[in-house]
Amino acid sequence: MTPCNFFITVRASEQHSNTIIQMPYTNKSKAIKTAPPLLRVHSVESFGTHDGPGIRMVVFLQGCKLKCVYCHNPDTIAMEGGMECTTEQLVAMAVKMKPYFGKKGGVTVSGGEPLLQSKALLPFFKRLKEEGIHTTIDTNGRILNHFTMELLDRYTDLVMLDIKHMTEAGYQQITGMRHKETTFNFAKYREASGKKMWLRYVLIPGLTDAPKLLHALGTYFKEYKTIERMEIQPYHQLGVHKWEALGWEYPLKNARENTKAEIQSAVRILENYFKQVTVN
Amino acid sequence: MVKEQIKEGIWTQEVNVRDFVLRNMRPYHGTADFLVGPSAKTQKLWELCKQAMLEERENNGVRAVDTETISTVSAFGAGYIDRENEVIVGLQTDELLKRTMKPFGGFQVVQKALQEQGLAPDDKLTELFSKHIKTHNDGVFSAYTPEIKKYRSLGILTGLPDNYARGRLIGDYRRVALYGISFLIQSKLKDLEQLEGPMTDAVIRLREEVSDQIQALKEMIVLGKTYGLDLKRPARTAQEAVQWTYMAYLAAVKEQDGAAMSLGNVSSFLDIFIENDIEEGKLTEQEAQELIDQFVMKLRVVRHLRMAAYDEIFAGDPTWVTEVIGGMLNDGRTKVTKTSFRFLNTLNNLGPSPEPNLTVLWSENLPENFKAFCAEVAIASSSLQFENDDLMRDLRGSDDYGIACCVSHQDLGKSIQFFGARTNLAKTLLLALNEGRCEITGETVVEGIPPVEEGYLDFDQVMANYQMASKEIARVYNETMNIIHYMHDKYYYEKAQMALIDTNPSIDIAYGAAGLSIVADSLSAIKYAKVLPVRNQEGLTVDFKIEGDFPKYGNDDDRVDTLAVQAVADFNQELQQLPVYKNARPTLSILTITSNVVYGKKTGATPDGRPKGVPFAPGANPMHGRDAHGAIASLNSVAKIRYQDALDGISNTFSIVPKSLGADKSDRIENLVTILDGYFSRNAQHVNINVLNKETLIDAMEHPEEYPQLTIRVSGYAVNFTKLTREQQQEVITRSFHDSL
Repeated sequence: MTPCNFFITVRASEQHSNTIIQMPYTNKSKAIKTAPPLLRVHSVESFGTHDGPGIRMVVFLQGCKLKCVYCHNPDTIAMEGGMECTTEQLVAMAVKMKPYFGKKGGVTVSGGEPLLQSKALLPFFKRLKEEGIHTTIDTNGRILNHFTMELLDRYTDLVMLDIKHMTEAGYQQITGMRHKETTFNFAKYREASGKKMWLRYVLIPGLTDAPKLLHALGTYFKEYKTIERMEIQPYHQLGVHKWEALGWEYPLKNARENTKAEIQSAVRILENYFKQVTVN
Repeated sequence: MVKEQIKEGIWTQEVNVRDFVLRNMRPYHGTADFLVGPSAKTQKLWELCKQAMLEERENNGVRAVDTETISTVSAFGAGYIDRENEVIVGLQTDELLKRTMKPFGGFQVVQKALQEQGLAPDDKLTELFSKHIKTHNDGVFSAYTPEIKKYRSLGILTGLPDNYARGRLIGDYRRVALYGISFLIQSKLKDLEQLEGPMTDAVIRLREEVSDQIQALKEMIVLGKTYGLDLKRPARTAQEAVQWTYMAYLAAVKEQDGAAMSLGNVSSFLDIFIENDIEEGKLTEQEAQELIDQFVMKLRVVRHLRMAAYDEIFAGDPTWVTEVIGGMLNDGRTKVTKTSFRFLNTLNNLGPSPEPNLTVLWSENLPENFKAFCAEVAIASSSLQFENDDLMRDLRGSDDYGIACCVSHQDLGKSIQFFGARTNLAKTLLLALNEGRCEITGETVVEGIPPVEEGYLDFDQVMANYQMASKEIARVYNETMNIIHYMHDKYYYEKAQMALIDTNPSIDIAYGAAGLSIVADSLSAIKYAKVLPVRNQEGLTVDFKIEGDFPKYGNDDDRVDTLAVQAVADFNQELQQLPVYKNARPTLSILTITSNVVYGKKTGATPDGRPKGVPFAPGANPMHGRDAHGAIASLNSVAKIRYQDALDGISNTFSIVPKSLGADKSDRIENLVTILDGYFSRNAQHVNINVLNKETLIDAMEHPEEYPQLTIRVSGYAVNFTKLTREQQQEVITRSFHDSL
């Protein structure tokens, strides 16, 4: 992977042990020091305007278990690679960018699938909240362990949940994985917590843009109270060169970009179900 | 101005425009909804201007030239575009876009410029200037040392105002409107009276200068009469205030053709007259906008006679009619008025344009409505630059200032600047690696630089050599500047502009440096990677092999950013040690305008991996494509360069495609406002904003005729894209567009 060149890459010898964790089943007076978990980062974009509200620092984490056919960051899929960063390195970056966040902006973790690193995200998001920085997670919603739950409930201001497809067959065709309902369970969990959520939906001609599918999407979520916004992401081929660079074949070679009319008609359908529909 | 609602103060007793503005200005916090489109008269006039500019472009960039007359304040008769539609009159000559000879800067330059158009100056003038009249250029070269000439020819010092006018002085053109010329002459006569013996050089010189200023004021009266205007008395109406102010500016651009002939800050001043007339029912909003539109139109058609070589450095025929808009007063009120909006609205009414160089003085305390409007106009026109008012007021004191050229602060009517182009820091670094020899010619420039040891470059050794070389460059640069400004005062004194400035103003002597990002990245490569020079038979570096990665300026990485900060601080420190003509204060700018292309051409391969001949990044920008972590990280790196170390200004050009700035118009406006608030809160001084698609620029290269008004901001000023050379166009396109999606 590209070496980390916006801050010093952490080597084992340089890790600072500054987190104190109470270990269960041990004498209360004894606390042992452990190294804080490291985040495996693919890259950081300091001026994100399409990944959550306002201007955002976007931390792209390395690793994803899906391999979506249209993925525009295929270089973040591999579980290996990336650079290891400490919470404090990332927090320091965010603090330097804080003046640009204005009233709405903040930090978004994207990927890759950020929730694969939920445990390591906990101290990061906790520190961001201490600094008064808005936090967002951009996720496919396939992971919901107790780290994730704590992260979502305590430190995540906004979840952007990617709805891949409304049918199991479609879901498998896009992601290569089974069990679309994991994502819906995730949505249910967020809804129950009463905290904010945006839905994101990639609109691919012939694959996800059938009116029937859009109505199904709307019908499924129309009663949800935490959904602030439904974001349509028109299909584009800006990521194709990355597939080529990886020596992978791009599965959607024959797909085309949406026409303006197609996007508009999708917006019109979804507006029946969601209070705000935007095109990203 | 005799009006009941005008508040009196010190300004009624002495020349003090600031006092008048402070007492009478009406800050405006509302929206842009009151603005109106162009009047029918304005539209007719602008059509004629656009047609004339088209003819100009078709005719090799020059529509007409006068080869017989020396342009002075009172030279030429009246000139009109279309008299019955003009509410503000006056042209530099009797004809629209006609260029004129101003030979006192250097006659050979005039000859050359004419020759390039297949013309020659009048025989009598040629004889006079060849045999009898000495110019600024003659004076400078009679005093230049062989060393200076060598620095100049090797491209270590470039763009020096030694064969053209230095410009950069801002006359307080408001004075003519507020006081009328009779009062100004009286005031100068009083000053002259007080300049008594003993008759030292300085006193004698100042007495002569003030006398010349009075002469220029008298010529301005004559200029006014040509157009039937009585400039002896103060302006009484809004129309007169605009007209009088323009006449004062016109006098300056008839006499001088300095690289930058800036306007100052007239908008909030004129607002007082406009709002009074509107309140008294004598003026409608349409008429108010018409005055500003037509004033701005006149500023857009200012022309100077330039030779092609000049255009290579300062591309696109710029005149730098810089007008600052907005900002705050030290008492906490904003200087934003309705006329601030009206000036920006000219970019809607007349379309985008590089001139006048509209510069928004940004403060976190500016009215939110104004911030949003500025962002909206910047996004639509790419014609605005923004400068940090909070920073400049804090460090320079004054709250009544203009910007000369691109980034140079000037206390209006109280201070001036001696412009000095710039030196090439990247080349200085190469001198350090080549025993003081020019890496291209092998000629020794700086004596006594020890050879660097063979093998990988050693950071400490390179730094020691670099500092030695810098010290010598600073010394020669200083000597050059002293000669230039001594001679400019002697042979091409700006009497019309100086007549509108206090008699003994403070002076900044403005040095400049190019190649900052290259020096920072090169030093970073030497420090954090391994750099092996490749040398030719003469032992000169021709290439560098870099092993390993290194931090690059533009990523908000302190390891390299501190090298950039230090390079500026160190060079400034060298300049502060040296004796200066007229006891001016040395200042430094990190600004290249478009000269980064020429500098690149004249500089060999550098240790950061930049090949020979490749353009530098402009101003204080990170090198193209090396800012890999997005726009904010890039802005943060530039913001670290301390204004205290570069008081003449630090230029940054920010180019972004619309989609990256935000998903829709309102997001884009909001995000741009947020960026500006954020950037300036980090004590950055300047930023140009371009919101353009790369595709638009590429198309404009192929089809210039379809984009006559396509304006882009380059380092410190705006330029008409189609007027750039192909090389410069390509450089602009290569420059990092922030297009993360």
